[in-house]
Order: sequence, then C-alpha cells, then structure tokens
Amino acid sequence: MQQFIQDLAQKNQFQPTHLLEILRAIQLRFCSIPNDAIEQLALLLKIPRTRIIDVIEFYSFFTSTPTGRYHLLISDSITDHMLGKQALIAFAADKLNVGVGSVRADGLVSLDNTSCTGMCDQGPAGLINGLALTALDQNKITAIAGLINQQIPLSEWPAEFFNVVDNIHKPDLLLKQQIALGDALTATFQRGLKSTLAEINLSGLRGRGGAGFKTAMKWQFCSEEAETERYVVCNADEGEPGTFKDRVLLNSYAHQVFEGMTLCAAIIGAKQGFLYLRGEYLHLYDKLQAILAERRQLGLLGDNIQNQGLDFDIEIRLGAGAYICGEESALIESLEGKSGIPRNRPPYPVSKGYLGKPTVVNNVETFYAAAAIAVNGGDWFADVGTEKSQGTKILSICGDCTKPGIYEYPFGTRIQTVLDDCGATDVLGVQIGGPSGTFIANDEFDRQLAFEDLATGGSFIIFNNSRNILDIANNFTHFFAHESCGFCTPCRVGTSLLKKQLDKIMDGHGSAGDVIALEELCQLIKTNSHCGLGQTAANPILTTLERYPELYQSRLKNISFEPGFDLDGALEIARRMANRDDAAAHLAQVADDE
Amino acid sequence: MNNTIRLDGKTIPFEQGQTIMEAATAAGVYIPHLCHNPEFTPHGSCKLCNVKVNGRICSACTFPASEGQDIISDSQELNADRQKITQMLFVEGNHFCPSCEKTGNCQLQAVAYHLNMLDDHFPHFYAHRKMDASHPDILIDHNRCIFCTLCVRASQEKDGKDVFAIIGRGINKHLIANAESGQLKDTDIAATDHAAHICPTGAILIKRTGYAVPIGERVYDHQQIDTVALAQENTDHG
Repeated sequence: MQQFIQDLAQKNQFQPTHLLEILRAIQLRFCSIPNDAIEQLALLLKIPRTRIIDVIEFYSFFTSTPTGRYHLLISDSITDHMLGKQALIAFAADKLNVGVGSVRADGLVSLDNTSCTGMCDQGPAGLINGLALTALDQNKITAIAGLINQQIPLSEWPAEFFNVVDNIHKPDLLLKQQIALGDALTATFQRGLKSTLAEINLSGLRGRGGAGFKTAMKWQFCSEEAETERYVVCNADEGEPGTFKDRVLLNSYAHQVFEGMTLCAAIIGAKQGFLYLRGEYLHLYDKLQAILAERRQLGLLGDNIQNQGLDFDIEIRLGAGAYICGEESALIESLEGKSGIPRNRPPYPVSKGYLGKPTVVNNVETFYAAAAIAVNGGDWFADVGTEKSQGTKILSICGDCTKPGIYEYPFGTRIQTVLDDCGATDVLGVQIGGPSGTFIANDEFDRQLAFEDLATGGSFIIFNNSRNILDIANNFTHFFAHESCGFCTPCRVGTSLLKKQLDKIMDGHGSAGDVIALEELCQLIKTNSHCGLGQTAANPILTTLERYPELYQSRLKNISFEPGFDLDGALEIARRMANRDDAAAHLAQVADDE
Repeated sequence: MNNTIRLDGKTIPFEQGQTIMEAATAAGVYIPHLCHNPEFTPHGSCKLCNVKVNGRICSACTFPASEGQDIISDSQELNADRQKITQMLFVEGNHFCPSCEKTGNCQLQAVAYHLNMLDDHFPHFYAHRKMDASHPDILIDHNRCIFCTLCVRASQEKDGKDVFAIIGRGINKHLIANAESGQLKDTDIAATDHAAHICPTGAILIKRTGYAVPIGERVYDHQQIDTVALAQENTDHG
C-alpha cells in the first residue's frame, strides 16, 4: 500500500487540491481509506490528518471501514421509489445475502442506498463500484448477484447493464442546431471579446443552474477584477433529484460545453478551467477526457488557441457524493480538496473563488448556451422566451409519464403543454425544480416555466393520482437531512428536526399543535440558514402544506398532546428488570379526547 | 470619517473593512453570538447574530458594514428565532447545566438566559457522545460541543498549532483531536494554550480547577451576557 500511495501522491504532484482524486483511487483499490493511508498522505501532502479525515467523513463515497469488493448502491430518489426501488433493494439484499447498509461476512459484497444518481428517466438505478447501472429489475439483480458471487470483474459484465441513454424527445433552439467544432471561438475572435460579451448580455442569458444570475454580468465582474489569475469552472455536480440534462449534454454535446468554457476564458482572461463532474457520472469520465484530448489536438485547447494568443486548458475533477457541492462556493472548496462547506459571502467567487482568485462558476447548460449565442448572436436567443426569461430551458422530465427524458422549451411555456408532450395523464401535481423547488397542484398547470413564475434548474417530476403527497415530502425531507453539510445550526439541527417532526406526524403520533410546530420549524430553517440548501430544505413541506393542509391534519390524533414516542415501549426494560408483565406494568398511550 | 449605518434606528459609525458585528460592538450594541470572538477570524456558523440588513437576513459577524445599511437586530421576530436556534443547540447535544462545571460561566447558558429561553422546545436527540479524559491537564466532554470552531481557530491562529478540527456532515458533525490515536493526550496541546480556554461551553475544561469559584459567584450569575460581552470585546479590541 505504501508504494501505491507514494506513486499516487507523486502522480498528483503532492497537491492537496487533488485530495479527492487521491482518495477516490485509494477507495477503489482498498475498498476504504485505511488509517495508514491517512498518516502517509498527511506527510506527503503536508496537510493535517484532520483535513483528510474530514474529507473522508464528508463525502458519501469515501469510507473508513471497508465496503465489499463489489459495492452496490441503489438510488434513493423519489423517482426510483416510484419505479419499485424499495422492493428491488429488498430483493437484492435477499439475492446477495447481505443487509442494506452492511457488508457480507466474506467481504465480497456490500449494499446501500445512495442519493439520486441522475438516471431518473431510466431507473431504478444504481452504482456498482461507482459505475452507473440503469433500468434495474429482478432479472438484472439476479444476474448481478451471479456475477458477483463468481467474482467476475466489472469489465466482463454485460455492457447493457451500464447502458445510459439520452432520451432526447423534444429539441428546440439549442438542441436542434449544433454548432460546428471551433465555430464559437472563431466567431468570438472575429467579433472581438468585448462585442461577444455584449452579445451574451443582449441574449439575456441567465444562469441555468436555477439561481438565474445574469451570465454576462458575472463574466464582466470577473474580468474587471484587479487580480489577473482567474479561473473558469463548469458546475456539473448535477445533484438535484430529478435532474439529468447535464449528463445528456456532456454525453452528446461536450464539445459545445467545453467551447463555451473556452470563450468564457477568453473573455475573462483565464488560463485554467475545471469541469467539476459529480462522482455519480464516473461513466462519462474517459469519454470526456478523450474529447479534451481531441480539442487539444485541434488547437481548440492548450497554448495559443486558434492562433489568437489564448492559452487555456480544462481539467476534469470528480466529486465523491455530496449534493451540497452543487452550491458554487462549496464546489470551489471541494475543488481545493476540502469538504464542501459553503463560504461566507461576500466575497463572491467572481472576486475570490478558487484559491482565492476571481472565478466564474456556471452550469453546464449555461456554457452550452453561451457557445451557441457566440455563433448566432444575442438576438437569436433573446427573441425566444419571455421578457425576463430569455431563450429556452432544457428540462429533465421524469416520474409518471409515458416518455421521460430531455425536453427543451422556450421560457413562458405552460406546464400543461409540457405534460401533454410527455404523455402525462391523471396528474396529481408536479415538482418543479426538484426538492428545493416548488410542488404545484393540478389546478396550476396554466402557470409557466420562467424565472418570474416557476424557476427550475431543469428538474420536472410528475406525480399521478396514485401517489401519496406526504410520502413525496417525506422522501425529500430525509434527503435534505442527509445532505446538509452541518455548518450552520439552523440547517444542521433543523433539517434533522424536520425529519423527526414529519416522521412523528406520518407515523400517527402527531397531535393538534404538531402541524403548526412543523410549519414554524420550516420558516425558521428557511429564514436563518447559511446557504441555498437550508433555505430551500423546507420547501417540500411548505409547498405541499400550503396546498394540502387537510392531508397533514388528517394524520393527527384528536388530542391536544401526544408524546413523540411509545410510552409503553419505553417501559420494556423496566418490566424485564422487575420481571413483571401484569396489566399494572403497562401504560396506555394517551387516549383520544372525545 | 462619516461612514454610518443605522442599527435598530440608531445611527452608528463604522470603519471601512469592519463587519456589522464589529461596528455594533464598538458602538456599544450587543448582538447575540456564540461562534464569534473578535480575536479570531469570523466563522458565521451559529447564526445567532443573524440580523436584517435592508430586509435581508445576514450574519452580523461576517457581513461587511457599508454606507446606507438599515439594520434590524433587536426585534421580537429576530430574538424569537435566536431563541429557537439556541434551543436547537441545547437539544442537539447533552447539556445538563446543574451538573456542569461551566454553569454560570457558560456562554450558551448565558445566551439562553438573555433570550429568555425557558424550555428546550424541540425533542432531544440524546446523542451518544464520548468524553476524552486522556490528557493529564485537559478534559473534552463532547456532549457539550456546539461546533463553534473557536478551539480550532484559537489553536491555529493564536497557538500556532493545529490541535482540533470540526468534521463530518450534517447532524454527525463532531470535534476531533489531531493525533493518530485520536486522543487529546497524543496532540501537542498544552494547558496554557488559548485553545484550551476558549470554549464558550463546558466542552473543553482544565482539570483540577473545578469549582474554584463557587456557583453563585460566577461571571453570568450577576451580570447579563450583553454587558459582559461588550466590556470584554471592547477591552480586547478597543
């Protein structure tokens, strides 16, 4: 192991910024990060061991105790649940003879849940040693169990198990018309950098990750900083459950995304760019590296790009299972090889980002759109959409519909139009923008996709009338408690309290004051949290409580107070100690007030 | 120097580069806080110092003061939220004030009194947390840690060491000691280090000094935390 780690550190030039890469390699090789590895790395990278332990504990894909040599994770997104995930993971546990969250005694296999893997249109999905598995069913699980028990290497597994499809059903402005290799850069240099920035400004392009900050303004601010060492970062940490459009853009249109990053680099004066790819998209890594290599060969990356004196290159960095790293300052921390804790702002990344230098962080779709705008001009984009939301939005549609997949719509499109196109009938409601977004009911389908009405980073999850709204809110609430970074009190404690409080109501232990307490807690977390995660973590409850208060109320007992635990159950130890089990040794739960 | 901000209706001066907290403290206005200590880099995690700046919630300890800010701090709404956040800190750990050596000197307890916190409000987590009594002079009781990182910062910034870290995700956040064994005795901490004395609660205590000052004669037994904090923080950084 010592030699392995020495070589690994050397390969990463002993850079602490590469800590995640190094740990990923160790985890893959040894199925955990052993203590000796931590000690050796601390010396080699000249960082405190506590920083390494922090990173191991923070990211879901690192473990301090060994996983099985085959580590099977099943995606726990609501869409996977709707496709039968719960039954499937129980089936897998049975077939593999291992408990969920455990390692089998022989150390060969382990099984667990994982947050949404971004395969919502082809679930139930999973990961085996980090590689995406799609469209799982009992037959596949049976086959997988056989392959594992025979210890067949993943490279010899049937390729179809790892088949990830694009499912593009409705291309519009951007997806219909691909730009040719290098065209965006040629157009940018011909028009001039300032004029190109002016075109992007004219296009009205706003950040596609969901927050919607004006792209041209971000680039302008960054370019005006006194510090000239600047960075371009593409946020491909697509973790919002129900979102998978960046996966498709990177699978089929990566050239255009990289070209968008390169023209951003030209405009802001950056020499280095990063693609921060979520760990769940490991299957794209080699392909994207090959595309970068091709671009270097074509003179579209590297030194003196298109003979215009622009030096710029892109490095791919993989995440390791942390939703919070989609938040731009947490992403930057992660790029620096640390746990993903959102920074205090100001200063904003445009002035102090990666390594404290001015940094533009944009979503995959933003760079993809920017490249097209550089070729076609600002008006081409601005002519589509609404006054405040120009252009189109690429949606990842999943849930109860006949054609889940990728759809592109001009902003201003009615929700009903989208539902008609994807074959959704008998609809109960739609989760727009993922768990952190809004749940809308079936009397609101005249509302439109737009920053000024229903903003979304792309997630669009459809629920039909057979679904239970409280189950949905509960899945999302557990998700946020699991993904909270724990930095600030309201989110760290609040998201866990929210989980407890909702569980109490759903388990039938709620009483009159409990829905009010739930709502108060929601408001507290929303108002006081440090970053977007905490500020939106209560949305699944708040937006459903607003629309379906009676659903929550119906779960309450008709008494003024109900303890959150089983009174009689709490006496069990005392009964055993006293060796009693008579009627007087039992306590009735509080009876309903009549 | 005519840089001014409005804080709870009063006009107070600030210097360029000051945070809202620094300006408020200098002007004799107390904003409740636990993770903030003017001697160390602000952290912004406890969120007790959340104030409304032109209608938007910001942490006073990290947000820069600037001309034209109209800030609300001492409102019923904000103090109610602060009380709830303090209650969160109480239920997250295991805080038994009557049996804690820090009682009367504890900032968590004093802030709770200041905010008129009369109960825990939220259900307890009953977290299983351990003690580390390995060091000959210093005791860590993890039950009382509120993850303010003051010990981490004090060790790095004042002591020139790196004894502590707050690590882990979400509700599993915890304090660790920088030793291969994980035990405090194997770190280079000394009882004279700032890090050993900075804890606002009773999580880090010096051994064999317990109850030197009797209960009833301790810092917050006779004075409110606002008076104490303003006096201390203005002396240290006046």
